[in-house]
Amino acid sequence: MDNLSNKKIPSGLDPWNALRIHTDARIGLGRVGDGLPTERLLEFQMAHARARDSVHMAFDADGLRAQLGTINHAVIDVHSAAPDRATYLQRPDLGRLLDDASAQTLADHKGSYDVAFILADGLSARATHDHAANTLSLILDRLGDSWSIAPITLATQSRVGLGDEVGAALGARLTVMLIGERPGLSSADSLGAYLTWCPKRGRSNADRNCVSNIRPAGLAPQKAAEKIAYLMIEARKLGLSGVALKDNSSNPALIEG
Amino acid sequence: MQTGAPFSFERFTFPDLKTLMAKASPLRSGDVLAGLAAGSDEERVAARFALADVPLKRFLNEALVPYEDDDVTRMIMDDHDADAFAPVASLTVGEFRNWLLGDEATPEVLRNLAPGLTPEMVAAVSKLMRNQDLIAVAKKCHVVTAFRNTIGLPGHLAVRLQPNHPTDDPAGVAASILDGLMHGSGDAVIGINPATDSPETMIELLKLIDEVRERIDIPTQSCVLAHVTTAIDVMARNAPVDLVFQSIAGTQKANESFGITQAMLAEAEDAAKGLKRGTVGSNVMYFETGQGAALSADAHEGIDQQTVETRAYAVARKYSPLLVNTVVGFIGPEYLFDGKQITRAGLEDHFCGKLLGVPMGCDVCYTNHAEADQDDMDNLLTLLGVAGCNFVIGVPGADDIMLNYQSTSFHDAMYLRSVLGLEPAPEFAAWLRKMEILDQNGRTRPQLDGQAAQNLLAWSGAA
Repeated sequence: MDNLSNKKIPSGLDPWNALRIHTDARIGLGRVGDGLPTERLLEFQMAHARARDSVHMAFDADGLRAQLGTINHAVIDVHSAAPDRATYLQRPDLGRLLDDASAQTLADHKGSYDVAFILADGLSARATHDHAANTLSLILDRLGDSWSIAPITLATQSRVGLGDEVGAALGARLTVMLIGERPGLSSADSLGAYLTWCPKRGRSNADRNCVSNIRPAGLAPQKAAEKIAYLMIEARKLGLSGVALKDNSSNPALIEG
Repeated sequence: MQTGAPFSFERFTFPDLKTLMAKASPLRSGDVLAGLAAGSDEERVAARFALADVPLKRFLNEALVPYEDDDVTRMIMDDHDADAFAPVASLTVGEFRNWLLGDEATPEVLRNLAPGLTPEMVAAVSKLMRNQDLIAVAKKCHVVTAFRNTIGLPGHLAVRLQPNHPTDDPAGVAASILDGLMHGSGDAVIGINPATDSPETMIELLKLIDEVRERIDIPTQSCVLAHVTTAIDVMARNAPVDLVFQSIAGTQKANESFGITQAMLAEAEDAAKGLKRGTVGSNVMYFETGQGAALSADAHEGIDQQTVETRAYAVARKYSPLLVNTVVGFIGPEYLFDGKQITRAGLEDHFCGKLLGVPMGCDVCYTNHAEADQDDMDNLLTLLGVAGCNFVIGVPGADDIMLNYQSTSFHDAMYLRSVLGLEPAPEFAAWLRKMEILDQNGRTRPQLDGQAAQNLLAWSGAA
């Protein structure tokens, strides 16, 4: 950047091009009067539209089940106590509880497992559709044979806390939830992973480890799977998760209750 | 503190003041989530009728959270100025609304009244007011503060330049600072939310802003929005701290969940004042608040979210802040569901803060899971401009790539100043003219090939 320091910028050259490499922020948009040029205006609207569509997209559990076909493991569906998206958005407490039928389904599968994987819609079903099965498969590749794995749960209208109910009902010592994160304007397909040792109702974010921003343009699924598998192995070794289990990838700002 | 008789209107009864205020609140999802909202529209208006008959004095005798249990209540009660309260001491809440709208309530009268008002009185009267009432009265409340420039003068609108970056990259932050300055933003503060709350990050970012500020002599102040304890730490290491930031809330429990005490805030204010870095004033604190914060920390004590938010302004007022920012739509749809609720909350917060004598600004914002869009933000931004809001937020293209939400943009601020004829803070406006960023008509029309722009570009490129 030193070449800019002592040189006069010729009129007409866009000096912002040299600065854009340092940030994804929407700098140097230009202006028409005090307003945004039409193209910039529509770009923003498109980004917002994609983010909103991700929030409101229905969770396609059947499609995800088909994607999981290659894994050859039992898969069960559960639903939170939030019956629909509107309720889900306004009542996060209901998104952390199982509905009655799901509680029964899980009770039928109760056992003693090292880990339960939960694939959940969260605030972006798109993220789960696009990246959850792949990420799970990459994690399993790294775990080896020493793990007993509970049936894989597909959770609809789910918050992070629902994993505690699921893990406890299945009899799992650890849960790994892959869940759609709140979409940012330029990251509508961002997946988060939450690891919780000894899952039970009332666990807080401090009890969990989070690997966030899993998507091709963010933390690539391959890299994410490495981190998650590492954290799983450490959690089992130490018998804990959360702030006491050190990892640099957690970003509390992205944790969705 | 004794509890009085229950309140009633027609067939509706309300057991205590806290319940009455909650039921009288305009509908919002956070009060429904907390189980505090009125059960019907009729009950809501009945509660307003009952609230209108409550004498203001009653708020001095009936605390919403017991005095013994909560240091915010103690602050409110202990600091109450009975002499300042005298002009309205005999009024009910309903009469107070009439009085506020009347010609007798001039800017000077309202300024003198502020120390006599408690947040509960102010929240109560706001529940009886339409949006236009909130705007009309707020416009009469002038709260002026100063550090290196003067903020809150009538006819002026300042902007916080918010150049956040997901990894605190100095070159990325510098690029956004440059963009903001060239659009006339940055007079309220150049304020960075750090991705990492550490003394090292804070010092690095403070030095970055301080360098450009000194290099081209910008009459503004900087802030890195780390925890107050981090700021106290770096001040002890002689870091160039202008403003100390902290998120605050309206109950002791909620403030404890933020890891703060009143003693910490007092210590930070003393330390920052002691640095004597202000040139035209010595307001050194920057607070942020937002409806729903107390409930999300499970620390709302059964109080509705608008009233408990207003109690946070009593905390703010104690430490003579330069800026108080209600981050109105950041928290999500479970607290403020849509554009209508966000708009109402923004106007309430601005009105309540101003009436209490707090220098209110507003982060007009929303998340992607709220039922809101840029049109809603345009509406609230314009309404706040009309109401005389001290400052708003400027983010490149309204897209905060670190906090993942949409705020207002540098362009939005230019629009608002332009349509309402508002000027930047006077010292900053003079600097913008010198830099050929403002033209002779006061419009933001930067001369990109002028010497001033070259200097700015050179700094940013080297950062």
